[in-house]
Amino acid sequence: MNDSIMSLLDKYHLIAAFAVIGLTMFVSHWMSRRFTAGRLHGSAIAILIGLALAYFGGVYTGGSNGLADVSLFTGLGLMGGGMLRDLAIIATAYGVRFSEIKKAGMRGLIALFAGVLVSFFAGAVVAVAFGYTSAVDITTIAAGAVTYIVGPVTGATLGASSEVVALSIAAGLVKSILTMIVTPMVARLIGLDNPRSAMIFGGLIGTTSGVAAGLAATDARLVPYGAMTATFYTGLGILLAPTVLFLAVRMFF
Amino acid sequence: MVIYGVALLAGCMLVGLIIGDVLGQLLGINANLGGVGIAMLLLIFVTSYLKTHDHLPESTESGINFWNAMYIPIVVAMAASQNVAAAFSGGMVAILAGALSVVLGLAMVPLLTGKRVEDATPLDARPAPAPGRPH
Repeated sequence: MNDSIMSLLDKYHLIAAFAVIGLTMFVSHWMSRRFTAGRLHGSAIAILIGLALAYFGGVYTGGSNGLADVSLFTGLGLMGGGMLRDLAIIATAYGVRFSEIKKAGMRGLIALFAGVLVSFFAGAVVAVAFGYTSAVDITTIAAGAVTYIVGPVTGATLGASSEVVALSIAAGLVKSILTMIVTPMVARLIGLDNPRSAMIFGGLIGTTSGVAAGLAATDARLVPYGAMTATFYTGLGILLAPTVLFLAVRMFF
Repeated sequence: MVIYGVALLAGCMLVGLIIGDVLGQLLGINANLGGVGIAMLLLIFVTSYLKTHDHLPESTESGINFWNAMYIPIVVAMAASQNVAAAFSGGMVAILAGALSVVLGLAMVPLLTGKRVEDATPLDARPAPAPGRPH
């Protein structure tokens, strides 16, 4: 009996994921109203619950996909994977006025370059502080602080060791997860309540999953603006990190 | 029909991703350069064109609005399938490098946003939000 229910849920994994996420949304909106009087957004609580479940899922299975590695919840991987996520991000652009994007376009572009440089700098400073002296290692860890995709791509190009590549992926994951948690908390402080600052935020932080979830937890109407710039960030990072930025690091080490 | 809206969305996504892929190849990087952003722009242009020519009935719209409304649940599923355990077992180097980049990035948002002008007024203070937008 139990086994047949399990294998059924396993077979209809995407449907099970819809039900699980629906329940999570219900519980978190209830918690938001009941315990925080709506001050902490229901979506923010849902994302925190998701991250906590992902942590336990990862510890329990030792896999790399959080809760989606637990056999009952494999559908979460499909539902929250890149394909449907990007489709939904694009759908949020429906109803956006192009004029808003054009007005903040130049600042968004500046934010993109500034974002890659600042993140790379932050990662490089930390790597040096921890005693890394080879230009390849420093560049790879710094590239990881850009996004968890830029890190391993840069490491592969420069021939970094697998430990350093793993470290750079971890740095990128920390960035993405912290962005999800911290953004709704500091949104008011940094003026993240309008299309212009959302585009700048997307360009400065850039890690797509972090920006997508951080803005969703803050104000879903800002998502298209932030996502628009963030989507160029990883590509720019892959362009700059193993080339110009690596040469810059090599000048010092 | 609802499928027209979904197909329009899918078409914009595919065209955007192809352009992003070609851009990446032209620049010699093994990655998609802004495909999703290009797809978003395409969707904005195509739907506003169709709307002004009255070719976007409500049923077509609802095919796009469904995925728009599914955005937050999908993001929650994404959060639940992140490799959180690996992120926090990477040691202090990874945690500090990631944290410092977030802190510096967030701190620069008000610097680059600058003065409050028309396009930087809060969405709440504006009349008539776009239709079908989840709150």
